Amino acid sequence: MSRKVAVEAVINGAPQAFVCEPRQTLLEVLREGLGLTGTKEGCGNGNCGACCVLLDGRPVPSCLVLAVEAAGRDILTVEGLAEGELHPLQQAFLEHGALQCGICTPGFLIAAKALLDKNPQPAEQEARAWLAGNLCRCTGYDKIIRAVLDAAGRLRSVDPNPKEEAHPA
Amino acid sequence: MDPFDYAAPSSLDEAIRLLAEADGAARPLAGGTDLIPQLSEGRRRARLVVDVKNIPELRQLRFHPAEGLTIGAAVTCAELAESPVVRQLYPAVADACSLIGSVLIQHRASLGGNLANAAPSADGVPPLIVHRAAVRIAGPDGVREMPVEDVCVGPGMTALAPGELIVAFRISPPPEATSSCYVRFTPRQEMDIAVAGAAAAVTVDPSTGLCRTAVIALSAVAPTPVRAPEAEAYLAGKPLTDPHLEAAARLAVRSAQPISDVRASADYRRHLVTVVTRRALLGARNRLAADGRHGTSPGAAGPKEGLSGVAEGGR
Amino acid sequence: MTLAQSRSYRVIGTRPVRHDGVDKVTGRAQYGADVRLPGMLYGCVVRSPYPHARLRAIDTSRAAAHPGVKAVITGADMPAIDTNAVADLGEGAIELKFASLLIMARDKVVFRGQPVAAVAAVSPQAAAEAARLVEVDYEPLPVVTDALAAMEPGSPRVHDDLYTVVPGGSRRDSPSNIALHVQYERGDVEAGFAGADVVVEREFRTAMVHQGYIEPQNATAAWEPGGRLTVWTSTQGAFSVRQQLSDLLQIPVGRIKVVPMEIGGGFGGKIQVYLEPLAALLSRKAGRPVKMWMSRAEVFTATGPGPATYIRLKMGVTRTGDLTAAAMRLVYDAGAFPGSPVGSACITGLSPYRIPHFRIDGFDVVTNKPRVQAYRAPGAPPAAFAVETVLDELAEAIGMDPIELRLRNAAAEGDRMTNGVAFNRIGFKEVLVAAKNHPHYRAPLPPGATGRGVAAGFWMNGRGTSTVHLTFNPDGTVNLIEGSTDIGGSRASLAMIVAEELGLDAHDVKPVVADTDSVGHTDVTGGSRVTYSTGVACHRAALDAIAQLKPRAAQLLDANPGDVEFGGGEFWVSSEPRRRIGIKEVIAKLGKTGGPIVARGVSRGLAMAPGFGVHIADVRVDPETGKVDVVRYTAVQDAGKAIHPTYVEGQLQGGAAQGVGLALFEEYVFEDGILRNPSFLDYRMPTALDLPMIDTVIVEVPASDGPYGVRGVGEVPIVPPAAAIANAIYRAAGVRLRQLPMTPENVWRALAGRDAALPSTPKAAPDAAMAATKERRAEPPGTSG
Repeated sequence: MSRKVAVEAVINGAPQAFVCEPRQTLLEVLREGLGLTGTKEGCGNGNCGACCVLLDGRPVPSCLVLAVEAAGRDILTVEGLAEGELHPLQQAFLEHGALQCGICTPGFLIAAKALLDKNPQPAEQEARAWLAGNLCRCTGYDKIIRAVLDAAGRLRSVDPNPKEEAHPA
Repeated sequence: MDPFDYAAPSSLDEAIRLLAEADGAARPLAGGTDLIPQLSEGRRRARLVVDVKNIPELRQLRFHPAEGLTIGAAVTCAELAESPVVRQLYPAVADACSLIGSVLIQHRASLGGNLANAAPSADGVPPLIVHRAAVRIAGPDGVREMPVEDVCVGPGMTALAPGELIVAFRISPPPEATSSCYVRFTPRQEMDIAVAGAAAAVTVDPSTGLCRTAVIALSAVAPTPVRAPEAEAYLAGKPLTDPHLEAAARLAVRSAQPISDVRASADYRRHLVTVVTRRALLGARNRLAADGRHGTSPGAAGPKEGLSGVAEGGR
Repeated sequence: MTLAQSRSYRVIGTRPVRHDGVDKVTGRAQYGADVRLPGMLYGCVVRSPYPHARLRAIDTSRAAAHPGVKAVITGADMPAIDTNAVADLGEGAIELKFASLLIMARDKVVFRGQPVAAVAAVSPQAAAEAARLVEVDYEPLPVVTDALAAMEPGSPRVHDDLYTVVPGGSRRDSPSNIALHVQYERGDVEAGFAGADVVVEREFRTAMVHQGYIEPQNATAAWEPGGRLTVWTSTQGAFSVRQQLSDLLQIPVGRIKVVPMEIGGGFGGKIQVYLEPLAALLSRKAGRPVKMWMSRAEVFTATGPGPATYIRLKMGVTRTGDLTAAAMRLVYDAGAFPGSPVGSACITGLSPYRIPHFRIDGFDVVTNKPRVQAYRAPGAPPAAFAVETVLDELAEAIGMDPIELRLRNAAAEGDRMTNGVAFNRIGFKEVLVAAKNHPHYRAPLPPGATGRGVAAGFWMNGRGTSTVHLTFNPDGTVNLIEGSTDIGGSRASLAMIVAEELGLDAHDVKPVVADTDSVGHTDVTGGSRVTYSTGVACHRAALDAIAQLKPRAAQLLDANPGDVEFGGGEFWVSSEPRRRIGIKEVIAKLGKTGGPIVARGVSRGLAMAPGFGVHIADVRVDPETGKVDVVRYTAVQDAGKAIHPTYVEGQLQGGAAQGVGLALFEEYVFEDGILRNPSFLDYRMPTALDLPMIDTVIVEVPASDGPYGVRGVGEVPIVPPAAAIANAIYRAAGVRLRQLPMTPENVWRALAGRDAALPSTPKAAPDAAMAATKERRAEPPGTSG
């Protein structure tokens, strides 16, 4: 067994210290170590998106991140998405019935948040392309895409001065 | 996953020292999109994983009008796909970076990792080749530079010596009236591995509109990414008309030595070489044409429209 | 007990937010792999690297000595099963002795990935390391992976003690890889073909495909010192898991509690237990709870996909469009142990149509591959792929619109299915008419090499047994305690039924999926049975509640119970309708009127409520690469009555998406019995970029039984897509694909095999360019696939 390493990171807005083996993925430490089981394991090798978290604001599969890499970084998981009330994406997913079994939902929500942070007004194809790394086997994606586009509209109406579109397609 | 130690050096020297001391048992970690699954599935082993993302040289992304573009080996594909200068001057690189894996993968994966992994299907390598990129490699014996084209020597095998580390890519400013495009074919639109891919960079003579040089590199149809010299030679001095592009694409097949595997048969891959090469050439030509001055704008590249499964990047 | 259709509803047909929704969008919902118990160990399975081998010896000593290891088990720890009993899985069945070997091999392994040992240790890493230290001495045996090859007399035998069960039920006396031959026959097939003007005979092959649920199998077991076993797992049926554990571990049901956790998809694949018995045995040995979950590669290699199939189908039609005869031979590859869904394929394929003469021969064949399990409408998609593409050819040959041909021959109430059972009320014709009238069907095709195809699909729909209890809270709300795993929103639809009957709001009813100690027997969530059967139980429980609340209301109204009536959430005195009281108040005052009540509802033995769907697909074919894109898609289906239309639509869309997957992308690729693509990268399920929006039309032809006429909707939508897309490809590119998946390479090969280039003007679906042909078109099978 290799040496354990102490790591300090900010998780869902709060400083968090943990000890892990270097070979442990961020996904495993979040789930088994920190009890943040909202982040799901679907494949363990980056092909399904169920374990998506934001690492310094960037959407990544947490199964492809070593937990030790989180040192000094800022991590957002699905547990941190709602601030007091549900995030507009969460609300839109509920109203559109954009989940059936719900196992892919946390990953979709986090990946979609990263999309809307970057591009508040995505076209349908842009949303589909962004979310192509998140597999859903229940819905056929129809209601998920509708929910994301609807949430984008809600966010825009909440914030009269949305961020500059970082990246015109 | 077998146990390993982890280090995240903040200087290149320290990284080189760590890699050297481990005597072949260390692996550099950039995005981990290849390495971590390989370690967890036992396909590669490591006693030490050296995270190279804190090393400034591996994280640089800068452009100098005279010297060109420097891409740190650990810069993520997402950063490159978003970079205006990459999109404008080296559009094939942006194409590939927005195709590798998925958006989530692109936020981890790097061109350094893509090259070091040396998969025949690597999307990131042919665009670097057609832009004549050089790679800077640091090792116990110092720093050396070589063409990207010479790095891959076989599936999963590179010309890097033990203990060597890819530091950065250097690409000269493209000649005037140059554009490029990378096109790959996959059964799914994304989240897939190239069945066949082609990068093309074309430079035209602004006064005549004739092709000065064309550089073509193919992926997934040989043990390593390969150039298509006969196709390149054919285009030199010719106008970039559809029939000439088609003829060049047919010549490109001669450079392919595809295999049959779980993803496609050799026959089909050979057929696809023509398709993706023509489409890459068309893409590059159309980008040039979209810019009236035959300049260096990426131009319009309605990427997915009408090119089903054959995706350029640039969304 | 069908109510008049004029009844209007307050809750049913609305779209409330599902009750478990907030938990599922905030990450709070607890799925099986989220279980954490004090002192919990982690388990890892040692799996055979060989698809067929004798197990000469297993040495676990090094594994047991590895740091952190607390228990190691092998086949020797599994009780021997020496009966011929069959485990009924609700969707499908398996002989117990085979089920036991599927969980853990004994003398030999019969597919790659079959467990041979398992380890429990203090961390997942330690368990995985120890698993690699288990030393197994294998003697490799010849492998057979193709079902047709396995039927040949000289083929390697997967089991030495398997004897074909032939029509009539007797067993042949020499061992074979053919486990079962099932046959249905009606009329005089040869006479039927003689009466046809056009006869078409074709061969079809479909690949082994996986359900592709995103959540891998998992189980956590705690074997308490007193001998009581608790298992937390993601399953489609907690009671089925309890029964399987009891059978496989030979312990009484009463000592087992199964706690159904939230489930991340199943589609039929999470009924059979895999890890549960291993976690239980490890826990017993270690004296601590043990959690296990599969890697994605384990899910692909060692759980139960849907079968690879070979089908030969011959059908005849008159020039006026009457089907005269059909002959169908189906070979379904069960994998390592008998039990493919060929039986249901023999029913679902041809039953939608009135065919006076037919013969169907189905074969269940074993090979050295993972043993198949139920997958959404088990067996039906390959059969429909064959039938619905041949119908398309017949329609073209006689110059008839393909929907018209189906309408002309569509089964209706009273017509008998191929197994002789008569349909009760069905909505096939209504669905066909709705599809024909849909704007999509008449809309011009988008430009390019595009084509439009249609196909139908059918599923019998499950019934089974369900139990629900209602308890009542002082604030007037109601707890709905039920046993149906909620795999796609069933909590909401069941609560809505109770709310409808009690006159409450949907969110006044709080659904709870209970463990096996806390609710009466409930069959699996599968076969599209929950909203129907558990829904009936909910309805009955609500009526029971009203009956029990009535005397309480009478007390509060100071009236005679016999004089009190109920409706719209209120009780009133029939002679004095102004004297009334709301149900919430009656519930709130239960404590003052005699104490708590418990209402219950049980459903079983309901009439069948078959479902039909018709799909319309527009595709674009890239003539250079063969790649097919679905550019427009419409799914029409009879739901009987849509309780929560959002989730009905969701079932139609999700089923269609899975159907697109098996049509275009998905297949198990084997080399010498070794699965070469056990990952989500190379087993290509559609992503959001591979699909368009999926339009839905819900037709409501009430089922014969049940209070609202509900029909299950989950299975049907996976049935039509393959044929709809194949028919569309033909219209777009002029080639008929008869092999699934229709990958770019397969389409390219078909295109390259044609002598002419693409037709310059693609044919639209309703196009009837070809005149009726008189001559027979009996091509030998296999010449044009």
